[in-house]
Amino acid sequence: MKAVHFLVLLLPFAVAASEDSLDRAPINPQDVVSLQRGARVFVNYCLSCHSAEAMRYNRLEDLGLTEQQIKDNLMFATDKVGDTMTAAMRRRDARSWFGVAPPDLSVIARARGADWLYSYLRTFYRDNSRETGWNNLTFPNVGMPNVLYELQGEQVLKPHAGADGETGAPTLILDTPGKLSARDYDKLTTDLVNYLVFMSEPARETRIRIGYAVLILLGALFVPVYLLKKEYWKDVH
Amino acid sequence: MSKAQVLLRWIDERFPLTALWKSQLSEYYAPKNFNFWYYFGSLALVVLVIQIVSGIFLTMNYKPDAEHAFQSVEYIMRDVEGGWLIRYIHSTGASMFFIVVYLHMFRGLIYGSYRKPRELLWLFGVLIYLCMMAEAFFGYLLPWGQMSYWGAQVIVNLFGAIPFVGEDLAVWIRGDYVVSDATLNRFFAFHVIAIPLVLLALVVVHLIALHEVGSNNPDGIEIKKKIDPVSGHPLDGIPFHPYYTIKDMVGVVVFLAVFSFIVFFTPEMGGYFLEYNNFFTANPLQTPPHIAPVWYFTPYYAMLRAVPAFLHTQFWGVLVMGAAVLIFFFLPWLDRSPVKSIRYKGPYFKIALALFVVSFLVLGWLGTQPTDFLGNVGKTEVAVILARVFTLVYFLFFLLMPWYSRIDKTKPEPQRVTG
Amino acid sequence: MAEAAVDSGKRRFLLAASGVGGGVAVVAAAVPFFASMLPSARARAAGAPVEADISKVELGMMIRSEWRGQPIFVVHRTPEMLEYIKRMDGRVADPNSEASVQPEYAKNEYRSRTPEYLVLIGICTHLGCSPIGKLQPGMESGLGAAWLGGFFCPCHGSKFDLAGRVLKDVPAPTNLKVPPYKFLSDARLLIGDDKGA
Repeated sequence: MKAVHFLVLLLPFAVAASEDSLDRAPINPQDVVSLQRGARVFVNYCLSCHSAEAMRYNRLEDLGLTEQQIKDNLMFATDKVGDTMTAAMRRRDARSWFGVAPPDLSVIARARGADWLYSYLRTFYRDNSRETGWNNLTFPNVGMPNVLYELQGEQVLKPHAGADGETGAPTLILDTPGKLSARDYDKLTTDLVNYLVFMSEPARETRIRIGYAVLILLGALFVPVYLLKKEYWKDVH
Repeated sequence: MSKAQVLLRWIDERFPLTALWKSQLSEYYAPKNFNFWYYFGSLALVVLVIQIVSGIFLTMNYKPDAEHAFQSVEYIMRDVEGGWLIRYIHSTGASMFFIVVYLHMFRGLIYGSYRKPRELLWLFGVLIYLCMMAEAFFGYLLPWGQMSYWGAQVIVNLFGAIPFVGEDLAVWIRGDYVVSDATLNRFFAFHVIAIPLVLLALVVVHLIALHEVGSNNPDGIEIKKKIDPVSGHPLDGIPFHPYYTIKDMVGVVVFLAVFSFIVFFTPEMGGYFLEYNNFFTANPLQTPPHIAPVWYFTPYYAMLRAVPAFLHTQFWGVLVMGAAVLIFFFLPWLDRSPVKSIRYKGPYFKIALALFVVSFLVLGWLGTQPTDFLGNVGKTEVAVILARVFTLVYFLFFLLMPWYSRIDKTKPEPQRVTG
Repeated sequence: MAEAAVDSGKRRFLLAASGVGGGVAVVAAAVPFFASMLPSARARAAGAPVEADISKVELGMMIRSEWRGQPIFVVHRTPEMLEYIKRMDGRVADPNSEASVQPEYAKNEYRSRTPEYLVLIGICTHLGCSPIGKLQPGMESGLGAAWLGGFFCPCHGSKFDLAGRVLKDVPAPTNLKVPPYKFLSDARLLIGDDKGA
């Protein structure tokens, strides 16, 4: 009986897909400076096409920024700090230019996961068969161009050819270097993904903090309640 | 007389408050040997209350409109003070409701709590289970994510598989030709008020039926057969209050700790309680590569997919799936054993039950995965073969029970309860 | 079967401890539910202070703005208007704004930070209609020759002077409310916030 219970608990872990084709995003949700940097990248590069309509600018105060700092550094499309992050581009235009409106990114990190986003941002490569001129290993035939190519540089696909002409897993090599070294670009995408994770669930840190308090409270409550039970049940033989 | 006593007497002259307190609590005698498996009834009641309260507060801010639903959930998660907590309580509570109820039903299976004179009690319970499934199904459309939309689309299409009336029935259920705003709004009405009212009524009659015959116990013997000549109460009975009110408090505290751990530290539960794909807004033009219902439906989903589409219709799968749930209703009449509790039943029942549990779990696991995830044997998928085998085992537990429960070698039941 | 005596002292103590602990837990759990009914971030953003450009308001005229769903009047008063206000002292019900709602910097003879600009919430204190500005004195206002300028509520005929003070013998009980406000510059007003002014 006990074994059955244990096995039931293990099931979710057994079933969890092992995505070994994705790189692990080395994000630290508690690194506030990283989150601030990521916010800046997001606002400068992503908000022109993508909206984040569930995210208010003043929520960035959770990252240790003052209202003035937010207004001065992170707000271009509006001046009301209580407004939500809308894209500069209109959905109608976006659809006609890209075929599909760039999705809202408010909860993209919950939908795709940090590892997917981290991999995605680093696996763009030049592909002249595509309308944008770009393709992506993590999201094949994506409609988005490599917005960060000036920083990352330009990668190209280099398929392996085995001894008998068999092709293995494709790899990417850097064809034209960008403004950032590979390591610095990885740091930038780490910051950006960190921010996207924060933006997907701004209450996360609060949730965990309160969680500790609640479990301690319940642990404390358990003691008198359990002793009370034991005391009354002395009556029962 | 104190003021409180005066007030109590005023009420008692007009409403049977003290009489109810005595008959349902302080002088309702329950067997003294309840064990771990007996916590889950009161816990189910606790979860029901949690879902109603958190649900009410969600309804204050949720918008049941296809244009606004998804966004309103994120509004709750971010802009409403404490909204994230109320949302997680409700999403966790939904899954916990099924965990608690499955364990509660299992208790019924092992101790024969469905046997005479508790058949009606069991029937009310199965009805509650059915209502819970409907409630969860309707509720899941509300966030209007990809899984919400496509899960609803698939299930409503199952009704469409019913011969002759299916298509019209599906359109009537949806209020439209596809799952749309009309569907969302009516599912909201079902989820928020219609089914909760039915559920509450069923829980009340479930408890009334229980108190009429008294609780079963792990030994499966009737404590009312041995009455103390002096007190007039069952020798092996103890008043529910204070003994079980206090003991159930301990159960509640432990449950809340588990519940809180999930809510605060892992509300998504690896994508099983809050599915990742549901963080994409519903897109009627883009079917997700892999649609699966929420975990508590997956055993039945695996059965549905296991049945081949004879005569070009999925209707047989729907029938099998429906039969798998409805067969629970017949359990009191399938079990022909002279004893109630597994403690005194023979090896046949124990093996059959173990196989049943294993098949339920395996089917549940299979239902979470795409049918090709274990590869093929010739033209047939391994996962489908497994699902067929275990669907058969599941049904045989019930269908062969009249036979094996009769020929099983039982042990003599004790006269008085044991621990 | 010998039974030990019931230790009721211990039982009472444990009951009390459990009761208190449980009570604390219930209150703690109730807090987020009640808090969820407070204005959300969206409501707070919508109710945020509003900037008004007053550079274009001509002398003797008023502009309308809006804050928290309420109409806001901003009047650019002339020196004569300030004179008329003094003359109304005997004809208004609450000349010193004892009973009405206004920030302390508006509890003065002109009910404003500076005599030049009047900021009011344009909702009649009777039953909530929005009064009409009748800033000019005399017959052309349609309110009689003795009218010295102010506001008239068309719903039930309440009248207010050029400082928003309610006249005697009209249905409205109190002076028009003054919202919190401050000057961001000579040309800009912030309505709804007066911190640090």
